[in-house]
Amino acid sequence: MSPKARTPLVPADTDPSAIRNFCIIAHIDHGKSTLADRMLQLTGVVEPREMKNQYLDRMDIERERGITIKSQAVRMPWEYEGRSYAFHMIDTPGHVDFSYEVSRSLAACEGALLLVDAAQGIEAQTLANLYLAMEHDLAIIPVLNKIDLPAAMPDKYAAEIAHLIGGDPDDVLRVSGKTGEGVEAVLDRIVAEIPAPEGEADVPPRAMIFDSVYDTYRGVVTFVRVMDGKLRHREKIRMMSTGAHHELLEIGVSSPEPEPTAGLGVGEVGYLITGVKDVRQSKVGDTVTLLNRPADQEIGGYQEPRPMVYSGLFPIDGSDFPVLREALEKLQLNDAALSFEPETSAALGFGFRVGFLGLLHLEITRQRLEAENNLDLISTAPNVIYEVTAEDGEVHTVTNPSEFPEGKLSEIREPIVDATIIVPAEYVGPVMELCQSRRGDMQGMDYLSEERVEIRYRLPLAEIVFDFFDNLKSRTKGYASLNWQGTGDQAADLVKVDILLQGDKVDAFSAITHRDHAYSYGVKMAGRLKDLIPRQQFEVPVQAAIGSRIIARENIRAIRKDVLSKCYGGDISRKRKLLEKQKEGKKRMKMVGTVEVPQEAFIAALSSDEPAAEKGKK
Amino acid sequence: MPSALPVGDPVPADGSLPSAAAARLPGRRNRPLGLYVHIPFCSVRCGYCDFNTYTAEDLGPGASRVSYPDTLISELRLARRVLTEAGDVGRALSTVFFGGGTPTLLPAEDLARILGAARDLFGVEPDAEVTTEANPDTLDPESAAVLAEAGFTRVSIGMQSAVPEVLTTLDRTHDPANVSRAVDAVRAAGMQVSLDVISGAPGESLEQWRHTLETVVDLAPDHVSAYSLIVEEGTAMAAKVRRGELPDVDPDDQAEKYLMTDALLGRAGYRWYEVSNHSTGEHTRSRHNMHYWTDTDWWGAGPGAHSHVAGVRWWNVKHPAAYAQRLSADLSPGHGREVPDAEAAALEHLMLGLRIADGLDVEAHRELPGAGRLAESELRALVDDGLAEAGALEAGRVVLTLRGRLLADAVTRRLAGF
Repeated sequence: MSPKARTPLVPADTDPSAIRNFCIIAHIDHGKSTLADRMLQLTGVVEPREMKNQYLDRMDIERERGITIKSQAVRMPWEYEGRSYAFHMIDTPGHVDFSYEVSRSLAACEGALLLVDAAQGIEAQTLANLYLAMEHDLAIIPVLNKIDLPAAMPDKYAAEIAHLIGGDPDDVLRVSGKTGEGVEAVLDRIVAEIPAPEGEADVPPRAMIFDSVYDTYRGVVTFVRVMDGKLRHREKIRMMSTGAHHELLEIGVSSPEPEPTAGLGVGEVGYLITGVKDVRQSKVGDTVTLLNRPADQEIGGYQEPRPMVYSGLFPIDGSDFPVLREALEKLQLNDAALSFEPETSAALGFGFRVGFLGLLHLEITRQRLEAENNLDLISTAPNVIYEVTAEDGEVHTVTNPSEFPEGKLSEIREPIVDATIIVPAEYVGPVMELCQSRRGDMQGMDYLSEERVEIRYRLPLAEIVFDFFDNLKSRTKGYASLNWQGTGDQAADLVKVDILLQGDKVDAFSAITHRDHAYSYGVKMAGRLKDLIPRQQFEVPVQAAIGSRIIARENIRAIRKDVLSKCYGGDISRKRKLLEKQKEGKKRMKMVGTVEVPQEAFIAALSSDEPAAEKGKK
Repeated sequence: MPSALPVGDPVPADGSLPSAAAARLPGRRNRPLGLYVHIPFCSVRCGYCDFNTYTAEDLGPGASRVSYPDTLISELRLARRVLTEAGDVGRALSTVFFGGGTPTLLPAEDLARILGAARDLFGVEPDAEVTTEANPDTLDPESAAVLAEAGFTRVSIGMQSAVPEVLTTLDRTHDPANVSRAVDAVRAAGMQVSLDVISGAPGESLEQWRHTLETVVDLAPDHVSAYSLIVEEGTAMAAKVRRGELPDVDPDDQAEKYLMTDALLGRAGYRWYEVSNHSTGEHTRSRHNMHYWTDTDWWGAGPGAHSHVAGVRWWNVKHPAAYAQRLSADLSPGHGREVPDAEAAALEHLMLGLRIADGLDVEAHRELPGAGRLAESELRALVDDGLAEAGALEAGRVVLTLRGRLLADAVTRRLAGF
């Protein structure tokens, strides 16, 4: 145990004035997990020999990608000016896809460390979360990390931060998570600057769920912040949004391994275990109270998770469909935001239409499905949700191009987002050009410093789910950072473009695009399929069409020669074996009308537009 | 034949045939028996060639150009023994074919000696067809006379092209002028002449191919084999194509040249009898090659050679030294073999039948245990699609049209049901 924390306070019996709840706002790679590791060591909750890098990033996939997907709360003791304190560090997800979870994590805190890489400066996502924290009235402690790096420019970025949050550049702490330099000062500053939680102790308890994870052995582990009153072991609790009630089989704190306690009091952060198996019964943002002595009012701010992006997921091997179903069901136990329903595609067979919070969520989900279940999946181009009003006034919610109504339409509405992009000043031109080409509407621009600019655009969500971020990166030599949040919808001149092979629609390639972009999509897709589909015995037209109007056409010329010119003694076995192999390959062919299309062609045509895995990374 | 060997079951040390084949042999007493003799030597390795051949003169004990004929003859003795033990009634050879490699790199006397040994061991039918492949540079009137005297009836000359640039692309070193000298020598010795030509070499124009065909016609051979170039994996040419130093073969260009071949040779009186083979008449077809396409028995002697007897296919070890070593230890040089099951045998019957102008015998095919049913509607659809001849179908045979020949593999898949 560290000399700085000799007398840890007992959970459920801690005076709120000795509690400090905080989170760390940081961009990916700016060293949040490393700093957290140092804090765990310095406060003595993790022995050096138990330390592994990025201790809090529990899932392998998180450690692999260096991203914290799910937040966790760790209780740490600390002594300051002779008094013992209990810290609850709430590790927030760093990505925009999980902004609702971020907001709940922030609502569980009174303060935040704003952690910025001293060699890179603040990034768009950090900025967005900073604004969110400021909206929650959190005390902000600015910290520059990685001051040990040769490329660090702490003075410059301290000035930038001071400019953003007000205050003096000298107030910005300077640390190295790697060497541990300056970390103690951060802990001290937490006590001094972050307010203690406030709440009423003698009223029916209210605790806010800010995270909920599924554990194979324990069932759902629910992380809560107690606002009022007290929760105790064995009490019957009630979820206020659903009315569901459970017994508290275990209550405790993470330190950072779970430690059961007698209960949790005002201002404390810990976990609950009730034996439920599905995180959807323990929803982020919901209020936990007692069954027999319920609070009158929810804490507020609860939202049902709402998918923003849909994509079809299909097993490459059709016989894997049941495996995929089971895998999705399993994943849903731990991901309340994941929604799915069966989908049938003429081209891709049986699969699921899956709703995601965003592209990273899609990519992570797909990767986990594949890695944890040994599946090979094709995902169709991501699709946003459209509200289509037909001429007769009927309103359709379209999450899949195949649901796009035929006939005359009176209005189509699409989701829009407010995007923030931070770039070095010299790239402002290319970024604006890109945003304009994606139907963006500029909202404003601010110089964060002489060299760095924050650009704000309102953009259709559909325009950024495809390849926007990759484009942004390539136009700015990788310097741009992007953040966005949904901000409603707008009417737009959208059309559905179908791709036809010899007159037959290929459902997997239909897309909803703006009328001005329909032609380029059609030309691109037709050209790509022409190159990917092997020549047949007859000519195959590949067309792109809006309704019955053809907007692009390519031809796959008929094959003229399909014969081995030499077939003597030893060629016979070889040729026969080749035919037998082709017979096997035929099983992987999909028939679109009379056209044979190897499944690989669908995969290749779809994957070249796949969202890049590092979206959201800097 | 291609040098990459298939995967198969092992061949017993004594080379004996599986009992299933032996059981079938008596029933095949009236079928012809052929002999293929592989000569694995070349003076130059051509970039497109993936045959089992070597440019060194001495490949090890029993595998030098001098000792090879005796090694080969020892396999013929083994062949005689194996066939007799399996119950062959002692069929005489109906055809003999010396291929390579370049058989004429061996002295004509050696080829004559090998043929003589075959005659002693098997007998050679009086009207047998005996062919050797020859390089235009290695055949003169004297050697032609020796071959004819020994019983050779036919020489297949590797002309490949009449265009010097194309020959260079193919790494062929022969003097184009030597082709007509070789043709004259063969004809003067009273043997039939066949010319081998290759279309579609990288960079070859339509006009160049036409020139080659016209030169062929002027030389008036009895038989022409015209192949579309295949860039086989593992060849020097394939490496050049992969590195972008040579353009890949263009199937449309090859199709165009195939049509030109059919037209020009047709006008000069040649008729196709197999996808890549044309002759002046039935009597000038290569009967030996027909054996490959009509379920006939042949023994392939020499390293890497393939054999087919009564439903068994087997192939010899590839390297001449390993081949010689096996034989010197009185072991079969067989490397692997397979007995295609009923379905595979039916597929072979189908794919080979569709290659020849005699066509696929519909009834005979339907009677094969592993064959599909060849529905009338399917067959008529081939005629409707312009792939098969209407008249032949009425006579119970599927004979491909010119367009059908270009798509023979697709037709095979279609009739095989995939």
